[in-house]
Amino acid sequence: MVRILRIEKEHYYDSVTMMKVTSEISAMPGIKQAAVAMGTPLNKKFMVDVGFDEGKLAEATSNDLVIAIEAIDEGSLNAALAKTEELLSSTSHIKQVATFPRTLDSALVEMPDANMVCISVPGQYAKREAIKSLERGLNVFLFSSDVLGSDEVELKRKAEERGLLVMGPDCGTAIINGVALGFGNAVRKGRIGVVSASGTGAQEVTTLVHKMGFGISHVIGTGSNDLSREVGGITTIRGLKLLSSDPGTDVIILIAKSVDPKIADIVLETAGNCGKPIIVNFLGSEHKYRRWGNLTPCSTLEETAVEACKAVSGRKISIERPDLFALARREWGRLSDRQEYVRGLYSGGTLCYEAQKVLLPVFGKVYSNVPIRPQDRLQGMARSRQNTCIDMGTEEFVRGRAHPMIDFTLRKTRIKKEAEDPEVAVILLDVVLGYGANPDPAGELVPVVSATRESLAAEGRDVSFVASIVGTDLDPQNVLEQEKKLTEAGVAVLPSNAQAARFAAMVAKRGNL
Amino acid sequence: MTTEKLLNEKPKVINIGIELFYESLVKQGAKVLQVNWKPPASSDEELLDILDRL
Repeated sequence: MVRILRIEKEHYYDSVTMMKVTSEISAMPGIKQAAVAMGTPLNKKFMVDVGFDEGKLAEATSNDLVIAIEAIDEGSLNAALAKTEELLSSTSHIKQVATFPRTLDSALVEMPDANMVCISVPGQYAKREAIKSLERGLNVFLFSSDVLGSDEVELKRKAEERGLLVMGPDCGTAIINGVALGFGNAVRKGRIGVVSASGTGAQEVTTLVHKMGFGISHVIGTGSNDLSREVGGITTIRGLKLLSSDPGTDVIILIAKSVDPKIADIVLETAGNCGKPIIVNFLGSEHKYRRWGNLTPCSTLEETAVEACKAVSGRKISIERPDLFALARREWGRLSDRQEYVRGLYSGGTLCYEAQKVLLPVFGKVYSNVPIRPQDRLQGMARSRQNTCIDMGTEEFVRGRAHPMIDFTLRKTRIKKEAEDPEVAVILLDVVLGYGANPDPAGELVPVVSATRESLAAEGRDVSFVASIVGTDLDPQNVLEQEKKLTEAGVAVLPSNAQAARFAAMVAKRGNL
Repeated sequence: MTTEKLLNEKPKVINIGIELFYESLVKQGAKVLQVNWKPPASSDEELLDILDRL
């Protein structure tokens, strides 16, 4: 075994770039492990834990690039190192453009009419950049997480005073006048506006609206923590008011996963007074909200999109596959009597939560690393139990690698592992398209689905693969092409995540729901 | 630039951080400028904290 540990002083690359390089190098022949990362305390600890020299790593600071590779022989090591250098120089085209400004102020000299700053620097630096942006009269899209609740309140109050908007921290997506920020989908322009504390929740709903033939005016992201007691729904309330006075918006969708009950009441009061139909989905709320006045509460994201399209058109609309039962029968026809469990492997946190919400009443218990009920918490991530839904975008899975919407490595390994369990009936997946996502998710999944099927066939077994795709025909990956590839590989593709989860339950229960 | 005005215009974005978001905006034909951001050296950071407090 041979190793290299190289520290490049004062070389900075963003996290997504480095994670992409790390995954590509890790997949090269003869490579045991590899990490290309900034020398932050967390990254250094990870490298020490896997056996790299602690003394040498102590020399690296958060501003230094660290390349750590372990290979089976010199040849593989040198090839990986050469590839690392090539990838870093080619991905960082910005480094080659010496004229790019280095600060917000110098950027403003070049673009004096800027109206939005998108910030995705590490959390400890994010607040300073956001404050500067607000003080210069600019709206903020704050993707960075790890920002303190008290700092979030300070930023949002400052924005309020200046008539500006802070979307985030931990804001995954927004669409302003047809332009997607962060991880967003290309959707048709239309008259449905969205205020969302959940990134993937907003992606699912906006793509479903698009699939039903309608369109989106704006998506105002609030950040996942906006409806906490501490933050008090500042951006959500601002977003509702903005969309209620926006002449291009007729119907408003309001989405949040975790909501403080007291803040929910305050936000719903604002919503109730805004004079437009509001379709509400507080996914993680235990409160039972009834339809009243202009408010329509929904329990799934599909129902939310359907209700919004109904409200905007006055027509009855459905996106349910008409051949659901026949398709399910075909799927359970492949299975043996022992196969009775569903295993959901998710890249979208809100989608994982929604799947549990659908499966829980059917099975009575669904294990998860992000369970709806605390007693259903999965002990140890390595092994699923009975019916399980795993959010693979949580910290324990993304440490040192890109988000599972970009990097499919861990999900592909997990698919094989779940399929080996003779009691598993269905492997349930979300496939997220759009800006920022993997350029060809179906291309990643199809080989592993086919290989899994082949190896099971050798033992006289099979398993059912069920998926839904968050995406549109306008996305760079094109949902129609992605669906075709998956369907040809024998994956049952359902029109929404909620429907995919219901369908998975139907297959596992042989139609006896 | 107030937010009401923002909803009537296309976003014109200064991107500080992940290059992927800059590339996405370029693909969409949006007006965007990347900042070649680097974390401040730790001594600079202490100084910036002091300056922020002034």
